Amino acid sequence: MNERLALAHSPVVSMDAITKTFPGVKALDQVRLDLYPGEVTALVGENGAGKSTTVKVLTGIYRPDAGTIRIDGKPVTLSTPNDASNAGITAIHQETVLFDELSVAENIFIGHAPRTRLGLIDRAEMHSAAQQLLDEIGAPLNTHTLLRDLGIANKHLVALARALSVDARVVIMDEPTAALSHKEIEELYALVETLKTQGKAILFISHKFDEIFRIADRYTVFRDGAFVEDGLVTDIDEDGLVKMMVGRSVDQIFPPRQHKIAEDVFEVEAYEHPTEFADISFSLRRGEILGFYGLVGAGRSELMQSLFGITRPSGGACRINGTPCVIRSPADAVANGIVYVPEDRGKQGAIIGLPIFQNITLPSLGRTSRSGFLKIAEEFKLAREYSTRLDLRAASLDQDVGSLSGGNQQKVVIAKWLATQPQVIILDEPTKGIDIGSKAAVHAFMAELAAEGLSIIMVSSEIPEVIGMSDRVIVMRDGRIAAEISGRDLHPETLVRHAAGITTTPQLQEA
Amino acid sequence: MLPRLIPVRETVLAAAILLLLILVASRFSGFVAPANLVNVFNDTAPLIILALGQMVVIMTRCIDLSVAANLALTGMVVAMINVAMPDLPIPVILAIAVLLGSVMGAINGMLVWKLAIPPIVVTLGTMTIFRGIIFLISDGKWVNSHEMSAAFTGFPRAVVLGLPMMSWVAIAAVALFGVMMARTPLGRSIIAVGGNPHAAVYTGINVGKTQFIAFLLSGALAGLTGYLWVARYAVAYVDIAGGFELEVVAACVIGGISIAGGIGSVGGAVLGALFLGVVKNAMPVVNISPFWQLAISGSAILIAVAFNVRAGRSKGRIILKRAEAPS
Amino acid sequence: MSDIAVQTRHVPDRLNSRAFRILRSWEALLLAVTVAIFIVNSFASPYFLNAWNLSDATFNFTEKAMIAFAMALLIISGEIDLSVAAIIALASTAMGLAVQYGAGTPELVAIGLAVGLLCGAFNAVFVTILGLPSIVVTIGTMSLFRGISYIILGDEAFRGYPSSFAWFGQGYIYWVFTVEMLLFVIIAVIYGVLLHKTNFGRAVYAIGNNPTGALFSGIRVQRVKFILFLLTGLMSGVAAICLTSRLGSTRPSIAQGMELEVVTMVVLGGVNILGGSGSIPGVVIAAFVMGLVTFGLGLLNVPGIVMSIFIGLLLIGVIALPRLWAIAAQSRKA
Repeated sequence: MNERLALAHSPVVSMDAITKTFPGVKALDQVRLDLYPGEVTALVGENGAGKSTTVKVLTGIYRPDAGTIRIDGKPVTLSTPNDASNAGITAIHQETVLFDELSVAENIFIGHAPRTRLGLIDRAEMHSAAQQLLDEIGAPLNTHTLLRDLGIANKHLVALARALSVDARVVIMDEPTAALSHKEIEELYALVETLKTQGKAILFISHKFDEIFRIADRYTVFRDGAFVEDGLVTDIDEDGLVKMMVGRSVDQIFPPRQHKIAEDVFEVEAYEHPTEFADISFSLRRGEILGFYGLVGAGRSELMQSLFGITRPSGGACRINGTPCVIRSPADAVANGIVYVPEDRGKQGAIIGLPIFQNITLPSLGRTSRSGFLKIAEEFKLAREYSTRLDLRAASLDQDVGSLSGGNQQKVVIAKWLATQPQVIILDEPTKGIDIGSKAAVHAFMAELAAEGLSIIMVSSEIPEVIGMSDRVIVMRDGRIAAEISGRDLHPETLVRHAAGITTTPQLQEA
Repeated sequence: MLPRLIPVRETVLAAAILLLLILVASRFSGFVAPANLVNVFNDTAPLIILALGQMVVIMTRCIDLSVAANLALTGMVVAMINVAMPDLPIPVILAIAVLLGSVMGAINGMLVWKLAIPPIVVTLGTMTIFRGIIFLISDGKWVNSHEMSAAFTGFPRAVVLGLPMMSWVAIAAVALFGVMMARTPLGRSIIAVGGNPHAAVYTGINVGKTQFIAFLLSGALAGLTGYLWVARYAVAYVDIAGGFELEVVAACVIGGISIAGGIGSVGGAVLGALFLGVVKNAMPVVNISPFWQLAISGSAILIAVAFNVRAGRSKGRIILKRAEAPS
Repeated sequence: MSDIAVQTRHVPDRLNSRAFRILRSWEALLLAVTVAIFIVNSFASPYFLNAWNLSDATFNFTEKAMIAFAMALLIISGEIDLSVAAIIALASTAMGLAVQYGAGTPELVAIGLAVGLLCGAFNAVFVTILGLPSIVVTIGTMSLFRGISYIILGDEAFRGYPSSFAWFGQGYIYWVFTVEMLLFVIIAVIYGVLLHKTNFGRAVYAIGNNPTGALFSGIRVQRVKFILFLLTGLMSGVAAICLTSRLGSTRPSIAQGMELEVVTMVVLGGVNILGGSGSIPGVVIAAFVMGLVTFGLGLLNVPGIVMSIFIGLLLIGVIALPRLWAIAAQSRKA
């Protein structure tokens, strides 16, 4: 293996000094990236490091401001997705980016379907070719099935077959395993191996270290839109990679916490939903940070949205300060002092198009107005207070919230809720997709809020964050509470074991 | 595979039309006589043709409110050309109609594609502009049947193999669009653009250009219908087919074409138009005042859209294991 | 921890002054257009600058504008109501029917408003409770409401409205100032305050920019939309009273096609058809623009249908020109 890699072969694709600027942000600053035939290159970096911009440059969605892309050593311009596709570059994206209303075969061949002599799509040929591709990757799918009838894992297989159908030389896989089960991930790894033996260059973007060390041959690290380092995976360990990504050691991030035993503020009893979750009972104490851990799709966000009144539970009860509360809508939740900072900031959090101060005062208008009439001065006062408290970086308070960076948007959303003076704040993946500086600020702020007596529920998929921040952790699995862990039992292994449903592993229990 | 072969929406609609026919036939059996059915179809032909164009536009997440105005303007222009040059052969007239309609469609398309103006605004504007232009060129006067040549008015009524040409044109348009949607890259692009514009970009489909082509097709069909309409009714004036654009949209909605784009079929558009056509023609037969027609088609739209949304609502992800098992 | 610079920065409230924002606004541009049209018209026709003529001209827009104010809020919230003209027809038919049973003016007004509200509620139920797209629902109810008028009236007409009922559409408050003008001003002020000065108005903007985000911010999105449909229905009822009073008769084809003129007025007034932005002053000015154009060209003996070309061009032009300008500027830079 090493011998093969050591051979001085040249890259298929080579990006050199690529720069891409958006208004106010330098997304890529003179980065370089080389992809070699028959090898998997892992592109590693925190959220906001410039990975997705790189993918968009390679696939012809964005045009770089400066720098050169070379294919087989020759400079090329990839100004449209068609150019990229003609150059043999294809991407499989995080979300399912295909078409629900088309069949499997049509999805695989959209844009380059085989034609009859009349110029019409040759259906028989298309379906047999699609079948052949699916067989090649061992996907047991019917080519006539509509895509909307498939699950996420199968949609991935279709995307992969599509990548193979264009005779791609470069396959970009953007977090391909994020929504897959353990078994499906193994199948995907096998596929990657197949692609390697076919001599394809693979760009693999992932947040999971075990994955990177398992299948990648090379790594390239970006940080804040800049190139940091690249090399062979065999020459580096996990620690080194993390240091390059964050630019410092990870342990420093979490602020110290004081654990106090206080009274219950929020109690949930036997909450259930016909399809999403069941038997959910827990209580939250004053000044406590309660972590919710679980695999993607364990029902954590669904439970939180139900507690916030977005969806209605089919049974169960909740009490706030011992008084039963009825939550039928987010407005009811806010009235009861329960607020929710959603994971999907762009869609559910900030209201792009409204200025910062109006975003902050939106749920508090009752307090900043008099008998339904706005008082702008009061709004600015409130917005100023909370934006200062959260150290918001903005040009002015009447600037559109859409012009802020992800981290600052998150601060606006948190400010919006703190301004309502809630008792319980639910944070759903509070640091996902924000830069490392804002992340630490959010953590420090959470600790501060808890110390002031606010009760916090934190949904997170990052184990260090869950362990570093929580007083107690509830692990969910398949829509139910799998375990409640606190104190000395709070270990990464315990969390993973409960989340994955592994019950008998004696040596881990000792840990 | 099964849902592909038996599309639910179209089957339900076809059943509704059949039921309607049976109900009417029980009162008046002459209605389902072949000759009358041919009449009903011929009467509905313009609506079918326009619904095909509108379907393509709606599927790309746009709407074309200018079709009726386009139809009227093209109709007026070809009628005036006919008056000025009575000897111009019909194929030339047809070509002019299609071309003129396409140009108007292209104007809509360019404004949507290149200037990114919302389609509803563009076509609302061009709708009033096209109507105004008719007045300008005709000076508000009518072109009557005695001014038109016999060949001009005769074409849509000429009977070939038992069907008037009007119907044959509609059938040809249906066949053409059927092949286009099912068997050409353009058809796939139209579904892709409406279903997932974001992903369409990644697969190398130009969203704006596809929308432009959709408007072009809609305009071409409106132009073609313009000639057929004016020739069949042997009259052209400013207000012909006034408000018809909404009937066309109604046919599409009843035919299960999702206003949100991406979902729809040629069969649906045709059945939607036929449904309205059957209702319209059946009412005098069963002694319902024709004044009921508007209210009935309004109710049909509401029922259809409610039904389609219910049927199309996604099932959502199921997390709980027990919910997956049949209980 | 030390490498995270924590320093409190002062974020100013606003960067641009109020005057600067007003000067650069869509409304300012529209106002300039209005003034230009006014000047051109007064030179083009000697009859233009006559108080009574100008007063008559306001009928061109007052009824439409009443609906346009409510429609502006609805469109800003991301919905649309294409059934407004049909609501006028149904409300007018209901009033005409009531006259046949000897209803007096107060009853007629009550019936007109009630039918408007009921129709608005009908639309609202389909959109907010059943969750259907408003454009399709209101295309449906547009046929349904007018269809009911046709069922009731056929090709007949209702007449014989009491003489006191004529006050709404034909009465004058003082000198050349009509009752409709007064209603127009009152309704404009009410909607201006509602949209720009109340919590409700803020919720409308929030919903239009991001309905999910608004829901997640504790706004009762469906309730707000329900009220907006009610208001649009109510305003259609008011317009029905004025129009019926002015015409003195009801035919089922009354106000045919008015919905598109109302939407045009709203869009011309700078309201984003996709929702999220727009203002009532903009709609007020747009009402004047449309009224003046119609009136001015009318004095020059230009028929109404040709004026619609101008309105259509205005509608597309006001949106297209700034975009063309931007494209031209960009290509010059490159």
